[in-house]
Amino acid sequence: MTAKLPPPAPANPLAVPRAPLLPPTTRSRAALGLASAAAERRFALQVCAACAAVQYPPREVCLACLGHHLPWRDVPREGRVLATTTIRISADPYFRTRTPWRIGTVRLACGPVVVAHLHGDVAPGASVRMTLRLDKSGQGVMLAMPAEDSANMQDDPQLREMTCDPRGRRVLVTDGRSAAGQAIAAALQAAGAREVFLGVAEPWRPLPGRDRLAGSAVDLDCTDEDSVRRCAASLGGRVEILVNTALHVRPGGISAGTSMATARAEMECAYFGPLRLARHFGPALRARAADGTHPACAWVGLASVYGLAANPAFGGFSAAQAAALSLLQSLRAELRPIRVLRVLTGPVDDEWHQANPPPKVSPAALAAAVVGALRDGLEQVAVGDVAQDFLARFRDNPDTLARELAG
Amino acid sequence: MTSLAAFAADLAAGRIRVVDLTQTLSPDFPTIVLPPQFGQCAPFRMEQISRYDADGPGWYWNNITVGEHTGTHFDAPVHWVTGKDLPNNTTDTLPAQNLVAPACVIDCSAEAADNGDYLLTVPVLEAWEAAHGRIPAGAWILFRTDWSKRSGAAYANMRDDGAHTPGPDPHAVRWMVGRGALGFGVETIGTDAGQAHLMDPMYPAHSMMHGAGRYGLQCLCNLDQLPPTGAIVIAPPLKIQGGSGSPLRVLALVPA
Repeated sequence: MTAKLPPPAPANPLAVPRAPLLPPTTRSRAALGLASAAAERRFALQVCAACAAVQYPPREVCLACLGHHLPWRDVPREGRVLATTTIRISADPYFRTRTPWRIGTVRLACGPVVVAHLHGDVAPGASVRMTLRLDKSGQGVMLAMPAEDSANMQDDPQLREMTCDPRGRRVLVTDGRSAAGQAIAAALQAAGAREVFLGVAEPWRPLPGRDRLAGSAVDLDCTDEDSVRRCAASLGGRVEILVNTALHVRPGGISAGTSMATARAEMECAYFGPLRLARHFGPALRARAADGTHPACAWVGLASVYGLAANPAFGGFSAAQAAALSLLQSLRAELRPIRVLRVLTGPVDDEWHQANPPPKVSPAALAAAVVGALRDGLEQVAVGDVAQDFLARFRDNPDTLARELAG
Repeated sequence: MTSLAAFAADLAAGRIRVVDLTQTLSPDFPTIVLPPQFGQCAPFRMEQISRYDADGPGWYWNNITVGEHTGTHFDAPVHWVTGKDLPNNTTDTLPAQNLVAPACVIDCSAEAADNGDYLLTVPVLEAWEAAHGRIPAGAWILFRTDWSKRSGAAYANMRDDGAHTPGPDPHAVRWMVGRGALGFGVETIGTDAGQAHLMDPMYPAHSMMHGAGRYGLQCLCNLDQLPPTGAIVIAPPLKIQGGSGSPLRVLALVPA
């Protein structure tokens, strides 16, 4: 049984914090597919298109028939532990500071025998649920979980190296003026966050929902360099999760329908705002990414699927969202071991999407998705039917999707 | 001795005092808020170019962005549609001679202290004239409410139905235009009352003042340091080509 993790104890201010080291990073191109699946909570392996043999580890040609078309497919999660061992001494700088560390061999129901990290409640010979997880370097690794839920299982130290559970952590949600920001703050508080800070720009303006805010309001205007600097000076050293929820949605195209002022505001919100946040909060978050029992762990960015492929009816907004996605991609590489979670949404159920028919994404659905994705340590979640369908079409063929959107 | 030489001597001797009527231009100062479907005035923003660092080892400077109507600012006649076809109606063409002018200060601070909907009316203006004499043509009329002593939410005073800040009623504006006022200056975010969209005409200070080629000054402070008459106001906007207004430093010269 996993010991329940107590709330964070006050840190010794004179102790040197544990450095934000990364586990081994190098992978073959084929093996990156593990991370792609892990990023979205899928359990996928290469399956030979010719003979259906499931491959592990990832490779270029089929180990059974030498076929070279090995698409990634979701495969059954069942497995049985063959043998376990506990690593007590490691030459790797990351693992040296995290031993003892349990690993084992697991026979997957779909065929291969894999080397996997083991949850503490997994016994030799046990049936397990296999998961693909992102480790601190963002690589996909196998983690065998108990077949049935066990008490406090989220608190397993090896699992916690791969997840971003908000319980016990302090969170900054950047846009307390939006319904999404307020809902996400409430959900994080309900999930046991130790403290939730909600950024509020222009405090002299009325704030709808001020009387029922979850967490405490702080001055933060991401369009203002000085405001971000002051907020980071106050909170940069004491938040473990940053959730940027700011979306500035206005209908309107590229050649007409969007004023320059609106286009600039969209870009301020989607790109320059997160850029300021990254410059002022990023280094402090990263520096505390291995510090204590509840280290800094995640950066969450909310973005529209229109950033993947532009919807001409929201042309200016789409362009700004493309910039937002590009920023998150670079930030993900820079901030490791901080996990950068991208939350893709379709039209949100707000006043700027009155002309869009349902289904639309509710603030509560966004909030539930953020909490779930943090708990499982994901890097990407598409919230709602529209975003999931959009993402599937994008993956099928981005060019076809662009043509569909152009109408 | 010419009068300018006497003026210089008075300044040097402190017999004339310079009062700064300007709010500090900062990102935190409230900016006018229009309904979200309209274009918005940019708040003040400052981003560093260098500060004795790799981007400029020996010097410190910033880039700033600001709307024409941000902070303490000047409204030119072209700002309103009623003034769009007047001659010399933009910040670069309005006559420099008008940028230094006497000021009449109407003190309504007691009445407006607890009343965001306080309106300046003709009887108030007439009572002021009875006490201080006729307002001369070409003078600024400055509306003292002491709202500049408020800050943040109390200053903007926004509610679900919009801002509640003092301003003139349409009759008062017509009366001031008739007196030949150079312009109308206030301590609040707009020369019009917060609820002036409900008046007829809408936004009378903007509509009638600018329609008559007169100016506006907004977000002034320190009006409590000015005498009812006898102050000279120096209020030159930036010489922006085709500009509808600009942030500016407003100074008043007053007898010490």
